[in-house]
Amino acid sequence: MTGYTQSLDLACGVLLVTAVVIVWRRRLTAIIRTFAVQGTALAAIAGILAVHARDARLGVVAGGLLALRAVALPWLLRRALASSGSRPSEQETRPQVNVTASLLAVAALTLVAYAVSRPLAALDPSPASEAIPVGIAVTLAGFFVLVTRRRAVSQLAGFLLMDNGITATGLLTTASTGLLIEAGVSLDVLLAVVVLRVLADRMRDAFGGTDLDDLRELRD
Amino acid sequence: MTTLLMLSPVLVPVCGAIGYLLAGWRPATAWLAPACAALTLASAVTLAAAQPAPCTALDGLARVDPLAEFMLILIGAVGLLATAASPAWLRGEIAAVRASPRTAARHSVLVQLFLAAMAVAVLAASAGVTWVAIEGTTIATAFLVGQQRTRAAVEAAWKYVVICSAGIALALLGLLLLNAAAVHAGGGSDLDWARLAADARRLDPAVTRTAVALLIVGFGTKAGLAPLHAWLPDAHGQAPAPVSALMSGVLLSVAFYAILRVKVIADLALGPGFARVLLAVLGLVSLLVAASLLIRQRDYKRMLAYSSIEHMGVMAVGAAAGGPLALAAVLLHMLGHGLAKGSLFVSAGRMLQVTGTSRIDGIRGLAARVPLLAGCAGAGVLALAGFPPFSVFASEIGIVRAGFSAGLGWITAIALALILVITATLLAHTSRMLLGADADTEMAASGSVAGPGASPSPRGAAAGLAPAATALTVCAILGLYAGPLATLLHSAARTLTGTP
Repeated sequence: MTGYTQSLDLACGVLLVTAVVIVWRRRLTAIIRTFAVQGTALAAIAGILAVHARDARLGVVAGGLLALRAVALPWLLRRALASSGSRPSEQETRPQVNVTASLLAVAALTLVAYAVSRPLAALDPSPASEAIPVGIAVTLAGFFVLVTRRRAVSQLAGFLLMDNGITATGLLTTASTGLLIEAGVSLDVLLAVVVLRVLADRMRDAFGGTDLDDLRELRD
Repeated sequence: MTTLLMLSPVLVPVCGAIGYLLAGWRPATAWLAPACAALTLASAVTLAAAQPAPCTALDGLARVDPLAEFMLILIGAVGLLATAASPAWLRGEIAAVRASPRTAARHSVLVQLFLAAMAVAVLAASAGVTWVAIEGTTIATAFLVGQQRTRAAVEAAWKYVVICSAGIALALLGLLLLNAAAVHAGGGSDLDWARLAADARRLDPAVTRTAVALLIVGFGTKAGLAPLHAWLPDAHGQAPAPVSALMSGVLLSVAFYAILRVKVIADLALGPGFARVLLAVLGLVSLLVAASLLIRQRDYKRMLAYSSIEHMGVMAVGAAAGGPLALAAVLLHMLGHGLAKGSLFVSAGRMLQVTGTSRIDGIRGLAARVPLLAGCAGAGVLALAGFPPFSVFASEIGIVRAGFSAGLGWITAIALALILVITATLLAHTSRMLLGADADTEMAASGSVAGPGASPSPRGAAAGLAPAATALTVCAILGLYAGPLATLLHSAARTLTGTP
């Protein structure tokens, strides 16, 4: 039992720390590497829950998560970055909010996450449900990255961070939604990332870069 | 038989997509899409006539009730309007070398997939599958929005995918929380809409409150409700005209359908107050955003997009009022808006091809040059502004009356004032475009006449307007006599108020 709690807490800890690292690092290659680590942690959470509940279906989910979040999506991100050329300006994020303020914001968002998820933890107290705030905190951090970064690949990273957080929250509530829905959600995420990657390429063709500040055609 | 009828709104468009994939776009296959849409509409109408009680298929994965049947009719009707206008529009684009048969084929495949996904969203018994289908439409339409590959189109597509995916991710979080509450309350874990509503009274209120707020804001993103509406004017402005018609008439409506289903659960679990306040606030903010940005609008496609935000706001206020009459009016408004806005986008697309500009001040005296096109657009704006005999008039009156009698007096009064401002603005903008002297010389002087196809024969300019005119006629007939549709509307509204 304690081994279960400790390993679950470790995996959730890795999830939160990688989210902070993604907010902190500026080099996109480092961010993508951290993503692979975070995907592995997410798959580990599913694996630990599967072993604990002796649930083969969750085991399948863990395998799927490992393939998608730790291998496929980081690979897609790396491809998106590689096709952006070797210009150093394209290789770094351009946060609108500086790194120190971003880290403070993530700390504040984590507190918010704990406040918001109190009723959820009270619903069914267990080691898993007590870790739900981590999932919500990662979701909020992802939303923050999405709103404050000005590079196409960085916004993509924010979107994926949000998605990892939501998936973690779903796993930690230990209320499965059925394989069909989980597979559908994963497929949608994968396709959304593919679509965004293609759009980023087109943006580069049309604007000569993926700085979203260049997107000034449509204003009211 | 019922199963086949239920599944044909999904299967027929999928077959259509495969057809375009194999055969490509050519004069012979141009009418495949309208044929598919007509078949879908026919099966939806037959289903509504033959199956008044809820029933399930595919091991409980798919379910129809009167509300779903009404939504299928709406998808079929607006789908038929948009696809029937597509061949003429695509021919115009190909003639102007803005498209090729290859891009036309891809356009047709994506439109068919979009329609199939919308039907899945409505037919799904599970809220999870509805979510997957609605997010799936974001993916299907992303390349339709960015079809032109100009800077503006790529920008609109990027904003569209990022904002919609992020907003809809919030709805997913809400669904997961709702699922946790349902499993804890001893219900099933498949997020079945009907089961959630049946178990609603046992759901934990604190968790359900967070979940409902996330769901309404999340699906509200896709429905074009403020505060996450920013994608809508860009996407509607840049997308090809038939796609704008589909997005305005079908996509927003189906997302609003999800909100209505969530509201049923919220009302039972938390009392009617919570969802009412949320919807009233979102509705009023949407109306305010639409009114303030319409006044100084310079682009007529964006003007139509902001008008969509307005109408979604009106529907949100109507849903906040609740009650069977208000909800029947909201559903009628959905259909009326879909038909009127769809035909307006079709006319706007033709206007863009004829004049080469999408600026309001680039067009003067259209009625003198192309009377049929101007008449179609003028009638559409009158329908949209809620003039009788069009059905939008009847549904707006219904919503306003329900709002006053539900104790939302102030909110309804503010909404009404904003609607009047928006109506005046719409009429002012369009009357400047349509009426007045023939201004060819003026336009030539300002240099805004562009592109091939300028100054065509009146007959050529009116090509492909028959579907738009038909849709407006249907909208007018519905305003006078709803007939059997009224029965369907009322039973759909009853499913939404939880009184079977």
